[in-house]
Amino acid sequence: MDGKKNAGGAFRLSEGAFWLLLTVTVAALCVSTGSVGIPLKDVWNAVFGLPVSRATYASIVLWTRLPRVLCAGLMGAALSVCGAAMQGLLRNPLADGSTLGVSSGAALGAALSIVLGISVPGAALAGPAAMAMLFSFGSLMLILFLAWGMDRSLATHNIILIGVIFTMFVSSLLSLLITFAGDKLHTITYWTMGSLSGKSYEQVILLAAALLIFGGALLTRGRELNAFAIGEENAMHVGVPVRRTKLLVMISASALIGVCVSVGGSIAYVGLIIPHMVRLISGPNHRVLLPRSFFAGAVFLMLADLAARTVLSPLELPVGVITSLIGAVVFIVIFVRTRRGGRL
Amino acid sequence: MLRVEHLSVYYGDTAAVRDVSFCPEAGQWWMIVGPNGAGKSTLVKAMCRGIPFTGKAYLNDVEISDHSGENFARKVGVLSQNNGQVYGFTVDEVVSMGRYAWREGYFRPRDREGEEKIRNALEATGLLGMRKRNLLTLSGGEVQRVFLAQVLAQDPQVLVLDEPANHLDFPFQKQFFDMVQAWLAHPGRTVITVMHDLTMARRYGSHALLMNRGQAVASGPVEAVLTRRNLEEVYGMDVYAWIRESLRAWEAE
Repeated sequence: MDGKKNAGGAFRLSEGAFWLLLTVTVAALCVSTGSVGIPLKDVWNAVFGLPVSRATYASIVLWTRLPRVLCAGLMGAALSVCGAAMQGLLRNPLADGSTLGVSSGAALGAALSIVLGISVPGAALAGPAAMAMLFSFGSLMLILFLAWGMDRSLATHNIILIGVIFTMFVSSLLSLLITFAGDKLHTITYWTMGSLSGKSYEQVILLAAALLIFGGALLTRGRELNAFAIGEENAMHVGVPVRRTKLLVMISASALIGVCVSVGGSIAYVGLIIPHMVRLISGPNHRVLLPRSFFAGAVFLMLADLAARTVLSPLELPVGVITSLIGAVVFIVIFVRTRRGGRL
Repeated sequence: MLRVEHLSVYYGDTAAVRDVSFCPEAGQWWMIVGPNGAGKSTLVKAMCRGIPFTGKAYLNDVEISDHSGENFARKVGVLSQNNGQVYGFTVDEVVSMGRYAWREGYFRPRDREGEEKIRNALEATGLLGMRKRNLLTLSGGEVQRVFLAQVLAQDPQVLVLDEPANHLDFPFQKQFFDMVQAWLAHPGRTVITVMHDLTMARRYGSHALLMNRGQAVASGPVEAVLTRRNLEEVYGMDVYAWIRESLRAWEAE
């Protein structure tokens, strides 16, 4: 129908190189821009340990901006790959981490640990982070258990329904917690809206490792996800191991989302908007949709975070506000334009 | 080739299929017929491992639950009723999915034979010129042809068709059944079809399984099963007389 889809339907190395170049360029721009503008040359020199034109530049680049930008990129990639995979698996274009209740479950865990003052000695943020991961995994287990109790084949519509009800339930618990939060309200908002300030290299490594393991598991399931997106019954008939794939994708996605929420709170819309945009432009084939979403998500969240810290500088916005605003508007524009063009 | 023994499917306490046995051999075209709610589609779903059942079902003398998913898909292809689409996959992408069970490792997405099978399937279904078309822009009948092409590309020994003539225009209905007949002419192949239209069942089928309220009323060669008495018993009316009467309306010229 158009020239954008290549014959074999696979993601080519040359395209990967293009995306990598784009991602690195955007990352460099994000590191150089901020309350203090740093020339790209100094960014380069600081990263590679060469002399920079001003002494403070090196520490800003290495200890403030670079880990933050890396976290934004990794989180963006993770969230949008999870969204793409869930939308294919559940055959529902509105699915993402929040459909499974994983995202809100993780936020509840973080909020709970803030209100109850649970923390790991020596690391202030480790308490909420650990609780976020624990709760995201617990949420998934609960949802799968309920779905399994209804129907041993883990029917997709049951999972969606339970996930949505669970999300609403968790949201009300979260509201209840916020009523009692008092002076901790600001910290809870940080988790529920998402923020990327003050990130460390430990968090970068945590995200990168999770992305390598769970993101890798998702990225190599393009063919199976295509089968699910065409139809679950059809997938079974062509020989896809339906239940195993379903469990693998759901566990990988919720683990990855749990790690993301534990690092930067629940950042809305990335997992919904990015795969949708990629799909509208280049079709639903997951073998290209997943890698393209990966890079597009990374670029998007780095830019959104840049906006969050520069638009009202020195005031910093939660990045979730930016992603929701940009995401919703871009989404509607693309949706209306493609609808008018007769393509879905 | 397939052997079904005392197969029952229960939804809670009610039996949708009760104690059905039959045994399709190579070269036979079985028509599963009966009124609405007789359990035809349920029986077929159970045989294709879509829903749990009690009793036994064998494919090539091995219980169907002992085949791996891939191995089963290489031998049994299914064209089901519900193929409504949410996403805009292309004809090519959907038909290629038929080769899933035959793929050879991650770095070799398509075997050489696969390309040929896909091409032949597209040609047989008249879809060669539509390879890049988006499924969301196709009519119900065209979508049905795409999934037929998929199951032909899958290259099974047993072809299971659940009400395949739904949504099909007359020329394509004829073309469809003639095509399946040609497919069946190759040795070692079997077709099982859930059918609503008794005339077509009689015309194309070699064997029939007549069902009513979950049970098999009669099974065997089509002319021995679709008798006036059997049909009257199952449908509660003289189906024979009615079909003949209807045909007479065409004899005026």
